[in-house]
Amino acid sequence: MKSLAELQVIRDKHAGLVSLRIDENDQLHGKCDSTSIARKHILVCGGTGCVASGCKKIVDELHKQLKSHKLDKEIDVVVVGCFGLCAVGPIMIVYPEGSFYSLVEPEYIQEIVEEHLVKGHPVKKYLYDESIKGDVDIPLNETPFYKKQLRVALRNCGLIDPECIEEYIAFDGYAALGKAVTEMKPQDVIDIIKDSGLRGRGGAGFSTGTKWQFAANVESDQKYVLCNADEGDPGAFMDRSILEGDPHTIIEAMALAGYAVGANQGYVYIRAEYPIAVERLQIAIDQALEFGLLGNNIFDSGFDFHLEVRLGAGAFVCGEETALITSIEGKRGEPRSRPPFPAVRGLFGKPTILNNVETYANIPVIINKGAEWFKTIGTDGSRGTKVFALGGKIKNIGLVEVPMGITLREIVEEIGGNVAPGKTFKAAQTGGPSGGCIPTELADTPIDFESLIEIGSMMGSGGLIVMDDDSCMVDIAKFFLEFTVDESCGKCVPCRIGTKRMLEILDKITEGKGTLEDIETLKVLSANIKSTSLCGLGQTAPNPVLSTLRYFEDEYLAHVNDHKCPAGVCKSLLKYVIDEDKCVGCGICKRGCPTNAIKGEPKTTHYIDQELCTKCGICIDMCPPKFGAIKIV
Amino acid sequence: MPDVKTFSGTPEQQSKLMEIIEKQKNVRGSLIAVLHEAQQIYGYLPIEVQEMISKGLNVPMTEIYGVVTFYTQFSLEPKGKYNVAICMGTACYVKGAGKILDEFKKELDIDVDGVTDDGKFSIEATRCIGACGLAPVLTVGDDVYGRIDEHNVPAEVAKILKNYKEV
Repeated sequence: MKSLAELQVIRDKHAGLVSLRIDENDQLHGKCDSTSIARKHILVCGGTGCVASGCKKIVDELHKQLKSHKLDKEIDVVVVGCFGLCAVGPIMIVYPEGSFYSLVEPEYIQEIVEEHLVKGHPVKKYLYDESIKGDVDIPLNETPFYKKQLRVALRNCGLIDPECIEEYIAFDGYAALGKAVTEMKPQDVIDIIKDSGLRGRGGAGFSTGTKWQFAANVESDQKYVLCNADEGDPGAFMDRSILEGDPHTIIEAMALAGYAVGANQGYVYIRAEYPIAVERLQIAIDQALEFGLLGNNIFDSGFDFHLEVRLGAGAFVCGEETALITSIEGKRGEPRSRPPFPAVRGLFGKPTILNNVETYANIPVIINKGAEWFKTIGTDGSRGTKVFALGGKIKNIGLVEVPMGITLREIVEEIGGNVAPGKTFKAAQTGGPSGGCIPTELADTPIDFESLIEIGSMMGSGGLIVMDDDSCMVDIAKFFLEFTVDESCGKCVPCRIGTKRMLEILDKITEGKGTLEDIETLKVLSANIKSTSLCGLGQTAPNPVLSTLRYFEDEYLAHVNDHKCPAGVCKSLLKYVIDEDKCVGCGICKRGCPTNAIKGEPKTTHYIDQELCTKCGICIDMCPPKFGAIKIV
Repeated sequence: MPDVKTFSGTPEQQSKLMEIIEKQKNVRGSLIAVLHEAQQIYGYLPIEVQEMISKGLNVPMTEIYGVVTFYTQFSLEPKGKYNVAICMGTACYVKGAGKILDEFKKELDIDVDGVTDDGKFSIEATRCIGACGLAPVLTVGDDVYGRIDEHNVPAEVAKILKNYKEV
């Protein structure tokens, strides 16, 4: 077991080792530099996005090239968590200079090693294009993607080796836990969290401190602390990135929560679809046990805390707290009605607190820096930052963390780099299947819990999908409803049957068979499902439909009245035709058509037999752009 | 062609399963963990395997079957040798994942969750795998294919399938 003093020794020693990665304004710089062995660190992103785009090959090639240039003793290669800019992965950063290489291919490595690491000239052509303007290097935090970001929950992601506990300790890791269990009373911890104004980042935004207080107030021989890492919103990957990039922060935060409410057992419920996160979390738990930061008598304070990982098995409803608890018990993950709330009767019938990954990631830093510091970030009602997974039709797809109160427009147009040239930013979807679409007219709304609910969406867990004029809003509503119908657990009638009826109506509308009465029925069904469903899944399921109806009713009407899909998405309403003036009869489309629907003699204008056409769209992709003769009407 | 539906577990697989059951027997709420490991061993969870777990953990079959059918990750049918999993998360969907799924269905002539007659390919429409930076993305076994050109789907799909057809 490590004592506080031993922890400080590790911190001082490794602070020197990692100080290369910090710029001169940071307090860590210059401390204990004498212990630093490596003169450079190459940080390679090892998040799921970059693993999928081949970062392992980059790491292997780096090791090979460094060895053959005899640099392997003086330059360290560190695999770290997500840098956020997944759109240009694989990514690597060379410190101390902070050169940011993007879209790295294994073939580039030899040149980078020879030019940059041996001769000292960064290879400009492989650097991230926004980090270089002409001959001027732009510091990473001055680039449009990073400039308005503020990393609190993601503070260590992309900075430390998630599989090395010493690096976490070097960046103040386990200092909050040490301070709490040796100097503070449990109630002091709760008071700081309450005072900070931190609200749950999983979606609903309930006050974290208040939740902890409820559980602390209940007398019981056994209490539990749970972490919801069952990130089910399609298009959201904030929690995964935190677990992959900084797993120790979750362990420390859960131990703090355990100390605060009087629990000595915790479980992390995590999606089985996240193998890298599961593996790194398990490694981190083992290391924490070895260091005595988990287990019995932590810091010789008499406080015990044990932590286990429980895998989900692919059920969206298990993100709901009572369903998650039932699933940890090894049963079908069906929700139950509340009260009793989990803080009173939760896992195995005992008082339980459940927080989301991102919420926990804020805890140690609040304890370290104080509630006052946290309150300087964000807005009055929504303190701190929020992490968003930015996706869809936008240039800078990735993970961003911004102070609450920033506007949607700043996120989409500045940080996100906007939609593709020639396209229009039409709407953004937040809150996943429980949220709604925000039209571009409302893009100047500040992002905080209340404002988003007011405009018919919600914060949700942080998925933010951008849509342009090629996206059909009826189709998007249908997409989310298909998801809910599929994921409804079936326990209560409004959700099981009601959402299905709504989906049938949407199917009708997208096929051009809808009526105006159908739209009214959708509204009535939505109201009933919202007010009578058992759990959050059903209560919020109609939101995507309601918000698109509110802001894009004209698109619904176009489907119903004119039998047209303005965005050109709904297949049944599309017709592919050949423009007589543009077609030269080259026959390329005819050869590509899988159903032989295209007719016409060579060198004469072709036409499409609508009876045979399956609207697969192959012809439009095949028609040489110089003709552009096929269009959708 | 062997009939893939007949259960053909080996004694080695069984003893591995028994080891896991032994280890987890006294852990509260361990059923889902055991099912995960059993699926690792057998590739799917046929009734025969569920019965062994039922006896081993002393949990009624109704409860086990209830849990297996509740969670989408558990499969009662074996998957193809190469499981094509197309991400249907929102980020991938708005970038053409639906078109890609349709093309695989057409090319392999099977539906979602179906297996080709030779047992080689199966198709799965998966939930968000969180690689939204690569959208639209799909996996075949452990191989990841990302940033698929939504305007060139037939050629992209043909190229991917070619990697496995000749193996």
